[in-house]
Amino acid sequence: MGNYSQEQKNSLWWRLHLDWPLLLGLVTLIGLGLFVLYSASGESSAMLNRQFVRISLALVVMFVLAQIPPDVYMRWAPLFFFSGLLMLIAVLVVGDVGKGAQRWLDLGVIRFQPSEIMKLAVPLMVARYISQHPLPPSFKHLCVGAAIAIGPTLLIAKQPDLGTSLLVAASGIFALFLAGMSWRLVAAAGGLVAAFIPLLWFFLMRDYQRQRVLTLLNPESDPLGAGYHIIQSKIAIGSGGFTGKGWLQGTQSQLDFLPERHTDFIFAVFAEEFGFIGVVLLMCLYFYIIGRGLFIATQAQTAFGRLLAGCIILTFFVYVFVNIGMVSGLLPVVGVPLPLVSYGGTSIVTLMAGFGILMSVHTHKRLYAQ
Amino acid sequence: MARQRVAMRDHSAESRLFNRRSLVSIIGTFALICVLLGNLHYLQFEQHDTYTTRSNDNRIKVLPLAPPRGLVFDRNGALLAENRPNFSLEIIPENVDDLDQMILELSELLELSENDIERFEQNRKHTRRFKPVVLKSQLSHEQVAMFSVQQHKFHGASIDASLIRFYPYGDSLTHLLGYVARINAKDLERLEKENKLAEYDATRTIGKQGIERYYEEILHGSVGYQEVEVNNRGRIIRTMKIVPPIPGKDLYLNVDIRLQLEAQRLLAGRRGSAVLLDAKTSGVLAMVSSPSYDPNLFVNGISSKNYNKLLNSTDRPLINRATKGVYPPASTVKPQLAVMGLELGKISVEQRIWDPGWFQIPNTKRRFRDWKRWGHGWVDVYKAIEQSVDTYFYKLAYETGINEMHAYMSKFGFGKYTGVDIHEESRANMPSREWKRARYRQPWWQGDTISVGIGQGYWTTTPLQLAQATNILVNKGKIITPRILKSVGDANSHIGLPPQVQAPIALNSEKNWQVALDGMYGVINKSNGTARKAFKDTSYVAAGKSGTAQIVSIADDAEYDAESLKEKHRDNAMFVAYAPFEQPEIVASVVVENAGGGSSNAAPVIRELFDSYFDAKDQL
Repeated sequence: MGNYSQEQKNSLWWRLHLDWPLLLGLVTLIGLGLFVLYSASGESSAMLNRQFVRISLALVVMFVLAQIPPDVYMRWAPLFFFSGLLMLIAVLVVGDVGKGAQRWLDLGVIRFQPSEIMKLAVPLMVARYISQHPLPPSFKHLCVGAAIAIGPTLLIAKQPDLGTSLLVAASGIFALFLAGMSWRLVAAAGGLVAAFIPLLWFFLMRDYQRQRVLTLLNPESDPLGAGYHIIQSKIAIGSGGFTGKGWLQGTQSQLDFLPERHTDFIFAVFAEEFGFIGVVLLMCLYFYIIGRGLFIATQAQTAFGRLLAGCIILTFFVYVFVNIGMVSGLLPVVGVPLPLVSYGGTSIVTLMAGFGILMSVHTHKRLYAQ
Repeated sequence: MARQRVAMRDHSAESRLFNRRSLVSIIGTFALICVLLGNLHYLQFEQHDTYTTRSNDNRIKVLPLAPPRGLVFDRNGALLAENRPNFSLEIIPENVDDLDQMILELSELLELSENDIERFEQNRKHTRRFKPVVLKSQLSHEQVAMFSVQQHKFHGASIDASLIRFYPYGDSLTHLLGYVARINAKDLERLEKENKLAEYDATRTIGKQGIERYYEEILHGSVGYQEVEVNNRGRIIRTMKIVPPIPGKDLYLNVDIRLQLEAQRLLAGRRGSAVLLDAKTSGVLAMVSSPSYDPNLFVNGISSKNYNKLLNSTDRPLINRATKGVYPPASTVKPQLAVMGLELGKISVEQRIWDPGWFQIPNTKRRFRDWKRWGHGWVDVYKAIEQSVDTYFYKLAYETGINEMHAYMSKFGFGKYTGVDIHEESRANMPSREWKRARYRQPWWQGDTISVGIGQGYWTTTPLQLAQATNILVNKGKIITPRILKSVGDANSHIGLPPQVQAPIALNSEKNWQVALDGMYGVINKSNGTARKAFKDTSYVAAGKSGTAQIVSIADDAEYDAESLKEKHRDNAMFVAYAPFEQPEIVASVVVENAGGGSSNAAPVIRELFDSYFDAKDQL
């Protein structure tokens, strides 16, 4: 209301429904990502072109979504969510199998992963549900909100796609947390998860899953098998040192010792070639984007807008944390890309769609003000 | 109802709550980013050196480079051992999906024999899975081309180009030159003990016998290294550094290949040995052991069938008879015995004895027969050597006794290694009381001494020992260790080896040498000399001594009838000689197994060898 001057509201950016500080951060990150990808792909211009096309598409999606006012999202959230849920079930029944997991739905014209839709549909739905009631939410509303997130999470985990299910669950939980779920409940939920871990370990996990965790704890125990990825990645990062080996000069990546180097492990290429200095700068960039996103959230005028924006930006951080954590050996290897840097289409489009919604929340405020 | 609830909402309180939660989130985000950075800092600072090392271990491989083996030439520069390019088909078992199927397909393409496959399977058992194993070596250029065209079908198989040892003279030099063969577990053990394992990182063969073994260190050279950068599939991306191998040095032998070939020809089809020494330097001019075998068979690994054939042959081709064949020296050592008798005062130049055709130890009945049934009549030392009078030497032995004989004959190198530069050598046996007690747990009988007096009984020698003992005599006590190697070097310069001089035999009277040498002169040049026929009409003056060694003892009174004896029981023919008489240049010894008398069967071999030597010299 009073936070924005008329001048600002009439600026070109405002009329385009774009937030230039956020856009600047995103474009810088994407540009840097293309640089790293060129090196990680073994200087493949074909791969770079394909990534460029995807980024262009993602930017268009962001721009289009930024034009749609938040109340439209709120209105359409249930339809979006339930059709997504249906498709998830369809995937489990008739989906295509790719790389050992059943993730794809073939609609004849296009093949896509319904789980990607859920990354946006779940925060939309949870934010809508929770914001319809006074905050902080009652215990009952919290339970329903949690159920909205956990349902799709379980369906996605069954595909199996641990990385995405983790992101979907996180987006739901962040909504509850930001809505003001009491600290006692946060602590209780934390305790419940802690109590669940031994149960998980002894009764629910299969041998190979336990092996994966053990490999994380001690990758050297199986250097040529399960530990290979993580060992090579740590070697790449560690040998980068303070200043790095220089762009295109990373021996671990250029000589193919690093697996999945242009997708999930691209951070290791970056850390090898640009060193600790590069890593700190990259972290600053991510922190800047997250900070700006949270600022946008606090500036939102409706509870729905606040929660939605907060969810989207904190989920973005989960990407960053899980990916870098797994590449540097802190977390088990689950398939989460380094956001806006890793090669691959769907995640970039979904992420930019999220930023589009974020900008929509930010730039449609004056309509409410009137 | 719903409207009412909405109306009750405190929007600014909700906003404040959200702001507080956002603040917690941003602090949490910052904290987690710090955790990530802390871990990255640990990896990139504390662990930086470790990971740099591991990163280099990943990409940098050190490949050893085999040094080319030194060549071997004869004294005139004829190439005796060379390195030839060899293309072999190798398989790295680990990289092959279906090994049996691949071998089947390669068999059709390259016509592999069962032998190749058998050897491959055998070598595979001793090689680690990620190391190449040779399936077929010595591929023709057509085969290389044929494989190269279809190489994409055979992942894990490749052509390796290397050098392989080749002996152009085949079986003519086998026992002297030896051969190289694949390094086996025993060699590895020895190399490890000698701390030389690293030197053989890239080398596949090692000297197994003869010169190739004795001078392995000189011939082998020093390993080189190549530092290469590889990718994760082990493919070489670039070479970073090369430390070239130092080639092995070439050897020039004392051997004259023409004399060697001549000696081999003269012994062809017979079991025996010939040794030809340079009288001035004790250099080995020729050394033949017959029958022989082709050393090239061993270079790539001999098939078990061929090896068993050699091993089980009754002619024993694997043994170097020149240095490992032990024979009773028989009468060839009478000149040395005469020197001993003169020096010890047991005989003198003037003294003559009566030979009735036999010798009898006083107060015993047993008669030791002379080769001439009716005896030689009055005999002095010259006649005793010329006509090889056994009775004379029976008496000498009886009067000298085994202790002094053992001591004196040892000075001529009998019962000792000559020290020639190959490892395959026997000491043979110069008997003594101690030796007999240790060997047979029996005391020494006087009768034993009498047999030793004519180079029979327990006394055995190798042909090389005989040549060397003659050489010592010819040089009047000067001893130089016989040597095959003449000089070491490369194409530009080679360094001659200094003669290895041993402590000489000093006599009280130097004239005693000449007595023995004059006796040897008579053997060839006097009318009653035993070998005058063999050396008739030579262009040079030679001297020598024959020997006819009994293999089985014949009853004291029985006649020796060659025809009725089995071939293997017939006498060995022996002869030692040197020429020219005045200024000796060459010394030779020849043994022909089971051939009969030495003068008629061994002397002609030496005659022809000497002829060749002097003919060649005249042509220069």
